[in-house]
Amino acid sequence: MGKTCGFWLSVAPVLFSTALAAAQTVAPAPATIEISYIGLKVDRVLPLSYLDQPPADDGLQGARVALADNQTTGQFLNQSFHLNEAMVPDAAGAVEAFKARVAAGDKLFVTDLPAPMLLQVADLPEAKGVTILDATAEDDALRAESCRRNVLHTSPSRAMLADALMQYMAIKRWSRIALVIGGDPADKLYADAIRNSAHKFRIKIVQEIPWTYDPGSRQTDTGHYAVEAEVAHVTQGIGDYDLLVVADEADNFGDDLGYRTTDPRPVAGTQGMVPTAWARPFDQWAATQLQSRFLKTTGRWMTSNDYGAWLAVRAVGEAAAQGQTTDAGQIGQFMRGKDFDLAGFKGTKLTFRDWDGQLREPLLLADARSLISVSPQPGFLHQFSELDTLGVDRPETKCRM
Amino acid sequence: MTVRVLDCFAPLAMTRKLVPAIAVVLFANTALAERIFVSNEKDNTITVLDGQSYNVVATVKTGQRPRAILLSVDGKSLYICASDSDEIQVLDLASLKITGKLPSGPDPERFDTSPDGKFLYVANENDNKVSTVDVASAKIVAETPVGIEPEGMAVSPDGKVVVDTTETTSMAHFIDTQTHKVVANVLVDSRPRVAAWTPDGSQVWTSSEVGGTVAVIDAASHKILKKIAFDVPGLTSGHAQPVDIKFTKDGKIAFVALGPANRVAVVDAKTFEVQKYILVGQRVWNMAFTPDQKQLITANGVSNDITIIDVADQKPVKSVPVGRSPWGVVVSP
Repeated sequence: MGKTCGFWLSVAPVLFSTALAAAQTVAPAPATIEISYIGLKVDRVLPLSYLDQPPADDGLQGARVALADNQTTGQFLNQSFHLNEAMVPDAAGAVEAFKARVAAGDKLFVTDLPAPMLLQVADLPEAKGVTILDATAEDDALRAESCRRNVLHTSPSRAMLADALMQYMAIKRWSRIALVIGGDPADKLYADAIRNSAHKFRIKIVQEIPWTYDPGSRQTDTGHYAVEAEVAHVTQGIGDYDLLVVADEADNFGDDLGYRTTDPRPVAGTQGMVPTAWARPFDQWAATQLQSRFLKTTGRWMTSNDYGAWLAVRAVGEAAAQGQTTDAGQIGQFMRGKDFDLAGFKGTKLTFRDWDGQLREPLLLADARSLISVSPQPGFLHQFSELDTLGVDRPETKCRM
Repeated sequence: MTVRVLDCFAPLAMTRKLVPAIAVVLFANTALAERIFVSNEKDNTITVLDGQSYNVVATVKTGQRPRAILLSVDGKSLYICASDSDEIQVLDLASLKITGKLPSGPDPERFDTSPDGKFLYVANENDNKVSTVDVASAKIVAETPVGIEPEGMAVSPDGKVVVDTTETTSMAHFIDTQTHKVVANVLVDSRPRVAAWTPDGSQVWTSSEVGGTVAVIDAASHKILKKIAFDVPGLTSGHAQPVDIKFTKDGKIAFVALGPANRVAVVDAKTFEVQKYILVGQRVWNMAFTPDQKQLITANGVSNDITIIDVADQKPVKSVPVGRSPWGVVVSP
């Protein structure tokens, strides 16, 4: 029997027979599936753009909206879901919260933790047999040498984001980039992903530009002169290039590059045209429904972190529904299996790669106001799934679980 | 795509042969009356085309985001789900004027009518409900809670059951039209869009857009008899995303619109085998037969046109531009 064939449930059988009606009155209370969310409380700094104030509940709201989605489906299946939320100040707090939830019997976790903390939790003896859905960490190492059997990723990896961008360059026949790299460790990792991907798609990096300029109080009056002069200066004499790619994950300077370069070139990467799992202008494949549901519930727009957490909690809900189980262990197994799929408003089935636990998903290329494209780009073919043209494919994986 | 102008005189010749004396009069009547209505989701309009020449004869302004459209049982009106106006508008087909409105509940997407025309059953996409609208009193008389993003709506031929699909919950909900209660929930593949009853009322077919399958559900036992998959030559499996389903009156053939595969599948409704794929415009979602079922019209949301398919030949005949994001299509006799 297929995963759903023949499955049906009488919810109001009173219409058909009194015997069934009696059965309904003694139906057991819905089994509750516990999901634990552990997120790191970060002191958000103001971003470069005054327009986007960082939400304090980034990620968490995605989990909450998905929980409501799970509940609505669950009511027809006699399944109920509960979200335990723990916002922790540091690694010790994450470990403590995790141990407490495991002690309470939880086996399904959604995390918004940086890679070192995630690994610290995943390597605890208590973490054996649990499923941790990493909703926000994009580190490629977590899908390679630091992969873990008990961790799945609903956030795209940096390699996937870089491939989404480079595939688009390839179909536009833009073949040369200049790469501006910020000073944060994360920016180096983003730049690594761009380098690997550029090599894969035969795109030449004509120059790398480390960004060292600290504009100080650049938003004071006339500060824009200094910024414009600096950007013009570092982009002088690069030679022939098509696209300025920027690695600035913390939004420290990337938005200041566009329109200020010496040669007029578009900006992409962490700012400008951004490869991302979710973006405000995205409304295809009924994404309007999720966008408006999120906006209505939370009073703000959905971010990529929210989307990662939404996918993680929905993966639990779908595995419970499709696998017809409320057992947390079985739910964790089912979502890794071949009968599982998740609809994420991307027009295609989302499934987990069995070699590194990464969720396959199409990625958006968007700027602040418009959806530019969706990768994989047409023509990038794959023998199993075109989605596997994004990120690290089975033959290249360094993950040994 | 092969495009040729439809031979308008073929039906005339055939009719003459059968009943020579009154043929011309009959033909003239049907030719004048038959019209195609297409809802343009992004234009807030309905495009009206002549059913013979396929010329656009009128463009009617509607409420915001018109999606599903439905002919009233008496054939005098067209009901329009104006989704973002949160109402159903009534277009008088004689005057082509919007003459009334019906309550719909929030965000009506698809709907269906009771066979006697007294009730409309409406999927409220943003509100997880199915609303029952009494047409005469213009009142919502019942609301049935269902799963997330209700969409497909189909009333059984005897009017006793309405099936609603919910896109995020991935279920077909069977609702008793007397009690307005859900009597069964059938889990199907991801993102079910459309539900359709076979003409004999024995089965309900639901299309799963992301799952890529059509589930054939036994209407009595609520068991899934078959899941039909679509393997379009030259496309990988993810591209076939089934949406609308239309049966021929004899129940022998089902046409299934495959969205971004830009094709309509021809399915043997008895063996569930896919016989053929017909190339149409881009992102084909919804379809309508002409009253004689000689043509099938498809609304193509990305190429902003409709395609006319010759049902006997199973070939596209012509594509005609309409408004932006054509969503629904109806042919009035």
